[in-house]
Amino acid sequence: MKIRKDTAEFLFKIIFLICGIAAVFCVLAISIYLLISGIPAILEIGLKDFLFGTVWKSEKSQFGILPFILTSIYGTAGAVVLGVPLGILTAVFLAKAAPPKIAEVIHTCVELLAGIPSVVYGLTGMTVLVPFIQKTFNLSSGACLLSAILVLTVMILPYIISVSETALKAVPKEYEEASLALGATQTETWFRISIRAAASGIIASVIQGVGRAIGEAMAIIMVSGNVANMPALFASVRFLTTAIVSEMSYAAYGSLQRNALFSIGLVLFLFILLINGLLRLVSERNSLK
Amino acid sequence: MATIIETKKLNLWYGDNQALYGIDSELQDKEITALIGPSGCGKSTFLKTLNRMNDLVDSCRIEGTVMFNGKNIYGDKINVTELRTRIGMVFQKPNPFPMSIYDNIAYGPRLHGVKGRKKLDEIVERSLRQAAIWSETKDCLKKSALGMSGGQQQRICIARALAVEPEVLLMDEPTSALDPISTGKIEELALELKKKYSIIIVTHNMQQASRISDKTAFFLLGKLIEFGDTEQIFNNPQDRRTDDYISGRFG
Ligand SMILES: Nc1ncnc2c1ncn2[C@@H]1O[C@H](COP(=O)(O)OP(=O)(O)OP(=O)(O)O)[C@@H](O)[C@H]1O
Ligand SMILES: [Mg+2]
Repeated sequence: MKIRKDTAEFLFKIIFLICGIAAVFCVLAISIYLLISGIPAILEIGLKDFLFGTVWKSEKSQFGILPFILTSIYGTAGAVVLGVPLGILTAVFLAKAAPPKIAEVIHTCVELLAGIPSVVYGLTGMTVLVPFIQKTFNLSSGACLLSAILVLTVMILPYIISVSETALKAVPKEYEEASLALGATQTETWFRISIRAAASGIIASVIQGVGRAIGEAMAIIMVSGNVANMPALFASVRFLTTAIVSEMSYAAYGSLQRNALFSIGLVLFLFILLINGLLRLVSERNSLK
Repeated sequence: MATIIETKKLNLWYGDNQALYGIDSELQDKEITALIGPSGCGKSTFLKTLNRMNDLVDSCRIEGTVMFNGKNIYGDKINVTELRTRIGMVFQKPNPFPMSIYDNIAYGPRLHGVKGRKKLDEIVERSLRQAAIWSETKDCLKKSALGMSGGQQQRICIARALAVEPEVLLMDEPTSALDPISTGKIEELALELKKKYSIIIVTHNMQQASRISDKTAFFLLGKLIEFGDTEQIFNNPQDRRTDDYISGRFG
């Protein structure tokens, strides 16, 4: 009996270990695959020409991805600039001010927002937002960086709202009471104490939003025009992600074009690693406190 | 002695539960008034009506008047934030903000528009000195207040309350989370502070009440049973329930 139990225990430990290893294996496999398939094109093109070349014309074998890198950075930054204040204010409202019934309605909406598939964001953006932008700014086409930024903003909002709200709710009531007892108004207390005390959680939520924005492809390919221009608010643009999506289907196997697309994937991967590293740093600093 | 706070027929409900019953009291300027009584009798509730911290409790309803310097603080034209700068509060659990000691003390003054390094430096030093914590903090003003001991944190909280120059200091069991030595320091501090401030302190510690207070108010089940000179309350209580409580027969 005793021995049977021990064997079962041992077996389960092995199973747990295998499950754990599976995740590690996937990450390793993807990293190695990206390195192997991404490096050749970079070597052939030259790292500098690849990263800082401003022209991408696959038909003329020009593979500079600076437009994509900058578009991804600008697009993400734009979404952060719009989404962070909006998200934090919503989170403060939900965590501190909203009457329970209203908070519940908003919660449900935020959850739905997080659950909407990105292709639906793209479709809505294409049929509603793009024509609207075109009319409002009198453009020849509304499919541009601005439209993509607006879509990304809505997509990262639920992350920022829900993570920030949790952080704000975790702020000890004693801090807020002390502030009120010193003659601060509620609003002053939220801005000077609550948000500050929840800062690391809020920063983490923003980084998560950045991760989501930089990796998004489907929604923005439908609203950004998809031309490899250097980024400008009203220009048709391509992101790192959408650059891969738009050419992969017809790039000839083994061609430099196809390999360069893998190299873009590698660059994107490095961006994500950087963002995750930042997130780790923030949450570690947080747990020290 | 002048009266600084006077309550008249003060009734208070949390939802359907009445927590205070017709409290009539006169609290004197530049004195220490101790509020004593068994747990749940309404001491904290009474204290919080004096700076309207009860406004934060949605279910709370108040009747009667609380006159502060001759004005009803539950009247129409009262600015609650101004009231709270004039009646400061120190809580049971030390609750410094998660910022540097300096920023903790400067928080109130900054809130009320004090700017300029020099002016703030002065206020911070003066407040920390008044709270008898200057010598322990002067070399680490930039350090987080959360790194200090409980007793030091509580004195920082007192300094923080003093920085906005209140007239009255409300203290809700300020020493109940502290060791005897820190408690002694806070008691000394209270005796020093009463030269400039009126202090109302809730305490479960009978010795503490008799050591430091001029007046003592005994609460029981939401009623003010007896209120008078501390001497008289402890040596010659008029009500049998007061006698029972201070001699430890219940509560
Ligand atoms: N926020 C609140 N909501 C509802 N009821 C409350 C609230 N605060 C206090 N009460 C009730 O009011 C009564 C008085 O409570 P209070 O905290 O004033 O007592 P206390 O004398 O300070 O007790 P203690 O010595 O334990 O601190 C108690 O019955 C308590 O349950
Ligand atoms: Mg209490």
